[in-house]
Amino acid sequence: MDHLSSYLVLSAILFSLGLYTVVTRRNAVAILMGVELILNAANINFVAFSKFVTHNLDGHLISVFIIMLAAAEAAVALAIVLNLYNDRGHINVDEANALKQ
Amino acid sequence: MENHLLSIVTFLPIFGALVIIFIPKEKLDFIRWGAAAITGLQLILAIWVLKIFDFSSAEMQLVEHYAWIPDFNIEYFMGIDGLSAPMILLTSLLSFLAVFSSWNIEKAHKGYFALFLLLDAGMMGVFVSLDFFLFYIFWEVMLLPMYFLIGIWGGPQREYAAIKFFLYTLFGSVLLLLGMLALYFISEPHTFNMLILAEQSSEFGKNVLLGMNAGKVIFMLLFVGFAIKVPIFPFHTWLPLAHVEAPTAISVILAGVLLKMGTYGFLRISFPVLKDATLWFALPLAILGLINIIYGAMAAMAQRDLKKMVAYSSVSHMGFVLLGMAALTPAGMNGAVFQMFNHGTISAMLFMLVGVVYDRAHHRDIDGFGGIAKVVPIYAGVTALAFFAGLGLPGLSGFISEALCFIGAFPVFTWITIFATLGIVLNAAYFLWAYQRIFMGELNSKYEKLEEINNRELFALVPLAIITFFLGVYPTPMLNLMSSTLNHLVETVKTAGMVAGL
Amino acid sequence: MIKLALFILFLPLLSFVFQIFFGRRFEDKKGEWVSVGIHFGTLIMSLVMLGIMLSRNDPNFSLEVHQSWLDLGLFKIDLGIFIDNITVITLNVVAIISSLVHLYSTAYMAGDVRYSRYFGFLGLFTFSMNGVVLANSLFMIYIFWELVGLSSYLLIGHWWEKDSAADAGRKAFITNRIGDIGMFTGMLIIATVLGTFNFQVIAERIHDGVWAANAGMLFGGIEPHKLLTIAGVLVFMGAVGKSAQFPLHVWLPDAMEGPTPVSSLIHAATMVAAGVYLTVRIFPFLTADAMATIAFIGGFTAMYAATIAITQNDIKKVLAYSTVSQLGYMIMALGTGAYVAGFFHLVTHAMFKGALFLASGSVIHAMHHSLHHLDDHETDPQDMRNMGGLRSKMPITFGVFMVTTAAISGIPLFSGFLSKDAILAGTWAYAANVHDGWLAHLHLAWILPVFGFGAAAITAFYMFRLIFMTFYGEAQKPEIFKYIKESPKAMTIPLIILAILSMFFMFTLPSVNPISDQGWFTHMVQAPESVVTTGPAFDLEHFEHGLHKAHVPAMAISLIVAGLGILLSVLVYLLKKISAENLAIKLGALYRGSFNKWYMDEFYVNGIIRPFLRGCEAVGRFDMDFYDHYFINGWGRNTKRASRGVGLADDLIVDGAVNFLGIIFQWLGWTLKFVQTGKIQNYLIFVLIGAALLFVVNVF
Repeated sequence: MDHLSSYLVLSAILFSLGLYTVVTRRNAVAILMGVELILNAANINFVAFSKFVTHNLDGHLISVFIIMLAAAEAAVALAIVLNLYNDRGHINVDEANALKQ
Repeated sequence: MENHLLSIVTFLPIFGALVIIFIPKEKLDFIRWGAAAITGLQLILAIWVLKIFDFSSAEMQLVEHYAWIPDFNIEYFMGIDGLSAPMILLTSLLSFLAVFSSWNIEKAHKGYFALFLLLDAGMMGVFVSLDFFLFYIFWEVMLLPMYFLIGIWGGPQREYAAIKFFLYTLFGSVLLLLGMLALYFISEPHTFNMLILAEQSSEFGKNVLLGMNAGKVIFMLLFVGFAIKVPIFPFHTWLPLAHVEAPTAISVILAGVLLKMGTYGFLRISFPVLKDATLWFALPLAILGLINIIYGAMAAMAQRDLKKMVAYSSVSHMGFVLLGMAALTPAGMNGAVFQMFNHGTISAMLFMLVGVVYDRAHHRDIDGFGGIAKVVPIYAGVTALAFFAGLGLPGLSGFISEALCFIGAFPVFTWITIFATLGIVLNAAYFLWAYQRIFMGELNSKYEKLEEINNRELFALVPLAIITFFLGVYPTPMLNLMSSTLNHLVETVKTAGMVAGL
Repeated sequence: MIKLALFILFLPLLSFVFQIFFGRRFEDKKGEWVSVGIHFGTLIMSLVMLGIMLSRNDPNFSLEVHQSWLDLGLFKIDLGIFIDNITVITLNVVAIISSLVHLYSTAYMAGDVRYSRYFGFLGLFTFSMNGVVLANSLFMIYIFWELVGLSSYLLIGHWWEKDSAADAGRKAFITNRIGDIGMFTGMLIIATVLGTFNFQVIAERIHDGVWAANAGMLFGGIEPHKLLTIAGVLVFMGAVGKSAQFPLHVWLPDAMEGPTPVSSLIHAATMVAAGVYLTVRIFPFLTADAMATIAFIGGFTAMYAATIAITQNDIKKVLAYSTVSQLGYMIMALGTGAYVAGFFHLVTHAMFKGALFLASGSVIHAMHHSLHHLDDHETDPQDMRNMGGLRSKMPITFGVFMVTTAAISGIPLFSGFLSKDAILAGTWAYAANVHDGWLAHLHLAWILPVFGFGAAAITAFYMFRLIFMTFYGEAQKPEIFKYIKESPKAMTIPLIILAILSMFFMFTLPSVNPISDQGWFTHMVQAPESVVTTGPAFDLEHFEHGLHKAHVPAMAISLIVAGLGILLSVLVYLLKKISAENLAIKLGALYRGSFNKWYMDEFYVNGIIRPFLRGCEAVGRFDMDFYDHYFINGWGRNTKRASRGVGLADDLIVDGAVNFLGIIFQWLGWTLKFVQTGKIQNYLIFVLIGAALLFVVNVF
C-alpha cells in the first residue's frame, strides 16, 4: 500500500460516489453528505501527492484547511436546509426551483 | 457715446422689445407708444449718425471693432460708409412710420410689437455689420420675427405665405452660409472681416472649389442667397404672396427694407470681395435686371389685387437697381443705391395706401372700386403722388434714380438698356390704369360713405411724400452721402478687372 | 433778363400751389383771379422780354446760366436757362395764350365741380411749358416734357367721372411716354458719346469732331454719321409723341375730352408745339437722313390728318385733326430745312388755332346753356349737325371764326398765309434742290410738296365746311337755336385779341406787305448752320438759294389750291349744289376710312394693346399658377415626397435591421430558457458534460 496510484483510485471512487449522491438524491441533507464525500476525495488526493510527490507538508496543511472549511460549509448549508424546511415543510431540492423563471 | 453709436442704434429695439414684454397686455396705448418711442429714438439717433458722418470720405466710419470669438477670428465689427448710411436712415425711418401703420392690428399687440422691434434690430444689424459672421447672424435674426409676423398677423393665407417666405429665405441663407465658410477657409489668415476679405480679393479667383474657379463658385452661392431677397427672377415668387398676406406695416418693411438687403449684400460683399467674378457676372446680372423690369411690370399689369400689383411693381423697380449696379459706372452705381432708397420710400407709401383702403373696404380688388376720388379726395391726391412717384415722374425721386441707372448702364449694356426703357411705359400703364379703375369713373354706390384718410395715416405718409418730392427736386444731399463710397467701389472693381485682364 | 425768365418760370408754379392748397377755401371769394393775375403778370414780363429783344435787334443773341444740380464727382448734370430769340418768342406765345385762357376760363368753367383745382393745373401746365421753353439741356427739357405730360393728363381727365375722359387722359400720357422712350434713348446716346446734355455744348462738340471720335464705342463700332442719324430720329420720337405725329397721333383727338380752354391752350397752341420746339432745338445737329425722316413723317401726318378732318362732325374733333395736320406742317418744314417757316408757323398757328378752339368753346358754351335751359342731356352740344345759322346769334364768335379760318386756310392778309406759304416754298425748294437724305435718294422728295399742297387744299375745304355747317344755313334744331346767345365778355375779349394776333401785320411790322413774310420775325429768327461734320447734312446756303426760286410758284399754287378747297366747300355746304351724302356714298370706302380715322385706333387696340394685355395676363398666370405652382411649390412637394420616402426607408431598413437583431436574440433566449430548469443537479450535469467534452477535446 505505498503506491500513489492506490490512493488516487480510492480518491476517485470516493469522488464518484460523492458526485453520484449529489446528482441523484433529492434530499438536501443527502446532497450535503455527497459534497462531504467529494471534499474528502480531494483531501486524500492532497495528502497523497504531498507524501509521494513533493515530500513536504503543504498537502496536509491544505487538507486541514479544507476540513475546517467543510465544517463551516456544513453549518451554513444545514442552516439553509433548516430554513427551507421551515418555509416549505420539506427539503426536496427538485421543488426548490424559485430561481427558475 | 459716439464710440458706440452704431451698437446703440442696433440694440435699442431689442431693449425696447424686452421692455414691451413686461408691459401688461391690457395697457395697449403703452405698448404702441412705447414702440413708437423706441423707433422714434432710433430715428433720431440715425439722423445723429448721419450728422457726424463725413460725406467726403470713402472710409468706414463710427467703427466699433472688438474680438468676439478669438479662436475662430470672429469679430464684433461695425461701421458705416456711404453705402450703409442711406440704408440706416431708411430702416429707422420706415420702422418708425410702420409703427403707425400697425395701430390697427387686431390681436396680440404685445407679441407683435416685440417681434417688430426684434425685426428692426435685425435689419439694422445687417446694415452696420462689417464682419460676415455678424452679418449672417443679423440676417437670420431678422428672418424669425418676419415669419411670425406674417404667419400670425397676416391675411387669410398667412400660414402658407409665411412658410413659403421662410423656406425660400432659409434656402438662400444656407447657400449664403456655404459661401461665407468658403471665403473664411480660403482667406489667409482665416477671417470673416469683410474689409480684409476685400483686400484679398484676388486670392479667391486663384483657388479651385468643386473643380471650378473658387471666386465664381462663391459668387454664385452668395448670388442665390442675395437674389432671393431682392428678389431676382426666377427667385421672386415668395414676394407677391408674402406681401399680400402680410399686415400693412410688415409689407412696408418687406418692400422698403428687406428687399434692399439683397442688393446691399451684393454691393457690400459680392462686389468688393469677389471683384473678378463680379465682372464675369455683370452681363447676366444686367439681363436679369431687364427681365425683372419687364416681367415684373407685365405681371403687375395683369393683377386684379391692388397689393399684388404693388408687389410686382417692386420686382420691376428692383430691376433698375440691378441694371444700374451691373453697369459698374459711377452714374449707374449711384443710381442703383439711390433707387434702393427711393424704392424704399415710394413702395412704403404705396403699401401704406393700400392698407388704408383695405382697412375701410376690406378688399383690394382694383375693379371693385370706381370713382372714389369723389368721396376721398385727399386720399386720391396722396395716392396720385405715390403712383406718379412709382412711375418715375420727373420732380419725384424715383425719376432721378431710374434715369441715373439708365444713363450709367447705357454705355455698357446698350441694347439691354434700350429694352429696359420699355419699363418706363409699362410702369406708367399699370399705375395709371389701376388709378383710373379705382378713383375715376362713376362713383360705385357701395362706397358713398367711404371714410377719408385720417390724421394718423397721413402722419405716416406725409414724411415719405415730402422726402420723395424733396429728393426729386434736389437729390444732391442723398447723392453726396453715397457718391464717394460708390465711386470708390466702382473704381476698385474696375481696376481689379484691368489687372486681371478682363 | 434771367431774372425775368425765372419769374416767368416760377410764378405759375405759385399759382398751382395756391390753388391746390388754398383754392377750395377761396372758391367763392374770387380765388381764381389770383391765378389770372399771376398769368397776366407773366404776360407783361414776357412782353418786356420781347421789347428788350426787339430793341437789341440781334438775331444771334443768346444767354445762358446754369447751376450744378446733380454732382457725382465723375458725372454731373447741370440745370440752367438758355435764352435766345426763339425762347423769348415762344415764352410770349405761352404767356399770351395762357393768360387769355385763364381769363376765358373764369367764364367758361364757372360753377365747375373742381374749379380751383382746374386753375391750379393750368398753373402747373404753364410752369412746365415755360420750363420746356427755357431749358438749356436735353435732360432738363425731358423733365419738363414729362411734367407737361402730367398736367395734360390731369386736365384731360378733369371730368374724370366720365370714363371717356379718364381713358383719354391715360391714353395721352402713355402714348406720350412711348415717344419719350425714344427721346430718352436718343438722349442716352448723345450723353454717352459727348458726355453732356447741354444743347450748346452738344453742338460745339459735334462741330469739333468729338462725335466722330467717340461714336464707335456704341453698338460695336457703329459708323458715327449713322449713329448721329439714329440719335436725331430717336430724340425726334419725343416730338412725334408730344406733337401728335403719325403714328403716335391717336391721343390728341381723344384729348378733346378735356375742357375746351384746355384744348386750346395745351392741345392746340402750346404743349403740342413743344415737339416742334424740341425739333427746333436739335435742328443744328440733324443729319440729312434724319431730316428726311422728319420731313416725311411731318408731311404724311399733315396729309393724313387732313383727310380725317373732312368727315368729322364733332366741332372739336375737326379742330383736333386740323391741329395734327398743322403740326405735321411745322415738322415737315423743319425736316426740309425751312427752319424759320416751321417756327413761324408754330407761332401763327398758336394764335389762330388757340382762337379757333376758344371760339368753338364759345359755341359749345352757348349750346350747352341752351340745352341746359331745355333740360336736354341727350343732345351732343359739340355735334355740328345740331348747329347751323349761329351767325346771327353769335356775331363776335362768328367774326373771330372767319378771321382765324381765313388764317388757317392760307388766305392773304392773315398770318397763316405767310407761314404756310413759307413752308410750301420750303418743301418745293427741298424737292428741287436737295440731293442728300434717303427721300432724295429714293426720288421721293416731290411727295413733300404734294402732301403740302394737298393738305392745304383739304384744310381750306374742311375749315369752311365747319364754318358753313355751324354758322350758315338753317338752324338744324330750332328749339336749341332759340336759346343760343353770345358768350360773356370774359370769353369774347380773348377771342378778339387772338383774332387780331392772326393778322399778317403782327408778324411783319414794320413792313406791311401782305404777301411777304419779311419783317421783325424773319429778322429775329434765322436758321442756324448745321454743325454736323460726319457726313451729309443741312446746307443752309444751298437751301436758301433754292427757296428764293421756289417762292413765287409755291405761292401761286398755294393760292390756287386754297381757292379750290374753299370753292368746293361753298358748293357742297353753302350752296348745296353738290349733295354731301351722295358724295359720301360715291366715295364709299374712302369716306368710311376717313370717317373712322383710317381705323388706326382699332388697329392699336386690336393689334397691339389687346394682345399685349393678353400677354400680361399670360405672364401673371404663368408666374403664379404655373411657375410658382408647379416649379417652386413643386420643390416643396417633391421634398415632401422624398421625405416620406426617406421616412419609409428609415422604418423599413434601418429600424428593421435593429429589430431583426432583437428578434433573433429573443428567439435565442426563448429557446435557451428551457435549459434553465432551476435545478442545481441539472446544472451539475451540464458541468459534467462540459468537463467531459473538454476532456475529450483535450485528449484527442
